[in-house]
Amino acid sequence: MSILGTRVVRTEDPLFLTRGAVYTDDLTDERLTGALHVTFVRSQVAHGRILSVDTSAALEAPGVVAVVTATDLTDLAPIPAGFPFVDKAVIRPWLASDVVRFVGELIAVVLTEDRYQGEDAAEMVVVDIDPLPAVVGTQAAARDEVLLFPDVGTNVYAAFGEPAPEDFFAGCEVVVSQRIVNQRVAPVPLETRAAAAVWGEDGRVTIWCSNQGAQAAKMEIASWLGLDPSLVHLITPAVGGGFGAKIGADPEFALIAQVAKIVGRPVRWSESRSENLVGMLHGRAQDQVVTIGGRRDGTVEAYSLVVDQDAGAYPRLGVVLPTLTMLMAGGVYAFAKVHAQARVLGTNTTSIGAYRGAGRPEATAAVERAVDLFAAELGMDPADVRRKNVIPAFDSPHTTSMGATYDTGNYAAALDKALEAAGYADLRAEQARRREAGDVRQLGIGLSVYVEITGAGGEAGAASENATVEVHPDGTATVLTGTSPHGQGHATAWAMIASDQLGIPLEKITVLHGDTDLIPRGGGTMGSRSLQQGGAAVHQAAGELVELAKKRAAEKLEANPEDLVVDQGLAGLAVRGTPGVGITFAELAADEQLLVQTTFSANGPTFPFGAHVVVVEVDVESGKTEVVRLIAVDDAGTILNPLLADGQRHGGFAQGVAQALLEEVLYDSDGNPTTSTLADYPFISATELPSFELVEMATPTPMNPLGAKGIGEAGTIGSTPATQNAVIDAVAHLGVRHIDMPTTPMRVFRAIQQAQQGGN
Amino acid sequence: MIPAPFEYVKVASVDEALSALAEHGEDAKLLAGGHSLLPIMKLRLAIPSALIDISGIADLSYVRVEGDGADAIVAIGAGTRHYELERDEVARAEVPMLPHVAGRVGDPQVRHRGTIGGTTAHSDPASDLPTALLALGGTVVLQGPGGRREVPVTEFWTGFFETAMSPDEMVVELRVPRTGSTGWGYEKFTRRENDWPIVAAAAVGSRGGGAGGPLRVALANMAGTVLRATATEEALAGGASIAEAAELADQGTSPGADMHADADYRRHLARLLTRRALETAAGAA
Repeated sequence: MSILGTRVVRTEDPLFLTRGAVYTDDLTDERLTGALHVTFVRSQVAHGRILSVDTSAALEAPGVVAVVTATDLTDLAPIPAGFPFVDKAVIRPWLASDVVRFVGELIAVVLTEDRYQGEDAAEMVVVDIDPLPAVVGTQAAARDEVLLFPDVGTNVYAAFGEPAPEDFFAGCEVVVSQRIVNQRVAPVPLETRAAAAVWGEDGRVTIWCSNQGAQAAKMEIASWLGLDPSLVHLITPAVGGGFGAKIGADPEFALIAQVAKIVGRPVRWSESRSENLVGMLHGRAQDQVVTIGGRRDGTVEAYSLVVDQDAGAYPRLGVVLPTLTMLMAGGVYAFAKVHAQARVLGTNTTSIGAYRGAGRPEATAAVERAVDLFAAELGMDPADVRRKNVIPAFDSPHTTSMGATYDTGNYAAALDKALEAAGYADLRAEQARRREAGDVRQLGIGLSVYVEITGAGGEAGAASENATVEVHPDGTATVLTGTSPHGQGHATAWAMIASDQLGIPLEKITVLHGDTDLIPRGGGTMGSRSLQQGGAAVHQAAGELVELAKKRAAEKLEANPEDLVVDQGLAGLAVRGTPGVGITFAELAADEQLLVQTTFSANGPTFPFGAHVVVVEVDVESGKTEVVRLIAVDDAGTILNPLLADGQRHGGFAQGVAQALLEEVLYDSDGNPTTSTLADYPFISATELPSFELVEMATPTPMNPLGAKGIGEAGTIGSTPATQNAVIDAVAHLGVRHIDMPTTPMRVFRAIQQAQQGGN
Repeated sequence: MIPAPFEYVKVASVDEALSALAEHGEDAKLLAGGHSLLPIMKLRLAIPSALIDISGIADLSYVRVEGDGADAIVAIGAGTRHYELERDEVARAEVPMLPHVAGRVGDPQVRHRGTIGGTTAHSDPASDLPTALLALGGTVVLQGPGGRREVPVTEFWTGFFETAMSPDEMVVELRVPRTGSTGWGYEKFTRRENDWPIVAAAAVGSRGGGAGGPLRVALANMAGTVLRATATEEALAGGASIAEAAELADQGTSPGADMHADADYRRHLARLLTRRALETAAGAA
């Protein structure tokens, strides 16, 4: 029986949970002996002109070896925007010396013998800033009264799409429009960012950093520092979570390398949680306007989504997130007309990057809210409106009006499975009973049906990934992958794939990743791509290794290669019909290196789908919500390891509920962050979550031989709008139509108050 | 985040702690559980010159009943940790609101570190145990160079992070009247279970007086200190219904605004939680 599809316990966990896993801050590499510690001096002002940076007192402080400022980095070109459609004048200084554009912007680098000395000395760097008015929020940015880059003439970094035609909703019997905030959130990985760097006598620099893709980060840093890529060796040790915010190199990583060169010593850096909450990329941050129109029988005829994306101060992946939102705007629905348009605006805040779902959750949140608003306007059950409008089941590619080609889908079946598991009719009856009785705790039932795109990126931008499989003479095997786990469980999963084909037991298979000398190419782990591309590459490499072994074994066994089959018990090859006559892969490897390096190219991205039902209780006297059930159908195709897939779903649900109920990064009107510690940023914990109810559904994709679609982000995409819809549903009978996320108790309470006043 | 440099002294007795306080002066701070002090030191909002670690003083952790009948007092050592109070059999029988409230502080890590003396001395208006202590009545026992003195809880918390304690004194004991089976209620409103209260209301006592005394209500996070809902208490004493009296709970308060709640919403919560706490107290009586 194949090991695939079984709940193999994660082989990496004993190291993560006890000892043995080495994170960047744990490194004891002898090349880092005597490393100096970096403490960054960051701007405390959101927008302002720097009058002076005085390092003299800090230089006298105990343990200070150097304080690096912009004047020490004049041989480096500033960081370009990195996107061809963004004005070339939008550049980021390595260390600000003229204008600061967000609280947290880098101004100086303090290098000390001891980490403790660094924080004391950094306080002694005196930065005099003449404040300018700060741009906070997309509405302020769009007014262009204060410009982040006056030379550019506007805060609009990019614009996609055209306005909807004037007659877009002509003929619709009902049209509903709503402004929706998809708020800024912080990724909060367990491991904050860290980096270390040392230059060798050969002129090469070795950089360790916490990142989701060593190869891409290496190329970016080499380009920034003007180095030939062959001179950069980048290693990502154990990485404790990323959620998208560790995609791409951060300027801090390149700076670590540059200051190591300046001082001629190894250096290292590990940020605090407070530094992480202002210095690391944030996610989401879209202001949306949805308009939905159709017939009174519940048929939607036209849907429009207009997005203002907050990019933060400097362009990162946030600049392109709205293109994914636009691509997935219509979601699972067969709306006759779909329109989407977006602007990307610069503000005096931390830059926006990818965050679990990256552009797709924003699309799902918008359309799932819009469908609920449409249903509420018609007085129809939101499940009925969804059934009426979903794309009928299909098993050959379906191209949407936004240009996405969905692989397979059966959205009505996913919805029905979720509703059945939830006991939907009973829930509605209980809701009616509580409404009738005027209970303090009202029941809310929220739905979402989603489809998303996974595996869209990849090595060199294509849907491909490489893998190397080698069997050694001692019977062990090594797998090299260009994907880059940061909690997902690749060591277990990739070993399962290789073991399934070679018969070599899991404990004899080592999976290596995140070292650009060992694995020069790779697309990293992001966009839920790893299994469908990286795992498929391991599958292909192991298969090719078997073919190579057959050719070599045929001679030795005096048999035709076609007559040889893999003998799992032997971990080798045997002659078909003649059990016991065979040769192990290890024996073949003893004669000649047995190694295959290959690149797998997928037929295209995949489109996982599902349906979530969230049940909440809302205390209508206080406005507080408790999530009591979360029922999820997540169709990710063939499941390699249900334990790992369930873990991805659980984490995704938690982050989705967190965005719907709790989390929001806030700034005051001067651009000061007010949620820069975990005392203020309401990170979710187990006490705020129910036990999840998982419903299985698996439609294999034809895009890869494993039949696998992405599962890393689906849980977040489905659970966020289902939770928000549930909260609103709980108080809908009181006249409430919409509450923005996070649906805090105060917001819910005020929405009830306003609805009741409006009804008088 | 790393605190600014400080001296560290570990003491084994109250006397040693007091001499260390005298020696290091006003900029020294006592360190008990550290879960309030250390975070603000890491943010460099507090930069004490010295920390005097009193967590090793063994005889500061106890719960005992002194006296009999209506005058019985429950004495709690200042070094008693929240989890010890939560599980203490004497406390559960004699003053059950306190162990319940101790179990609502923060999360298990916090409750295994934090002490009742520490949270009392810290004087954060958004604290659970001070709210309960204020509703219960009683005294804070201080010890200083001049010996011991008792300050009524109604006079102890004088402002945000400010108390009636001198810099050369320390909290050594909390003394509250035994309530036994008298009704009580504690309503804590948070967005997450382990948070500080956005608002909390503690109610204890009964209309007839008796062992637990008349009905009293204390509120958390409605002003610079924890405070009593005196208008509600007076209305109850005058025969008002719980619903009527609770509507007065925010009188005399001056709540602040933050990302979780503005002042008006806090006032609403104070009235709502007071009503619920009083209903619970009445139901249990």
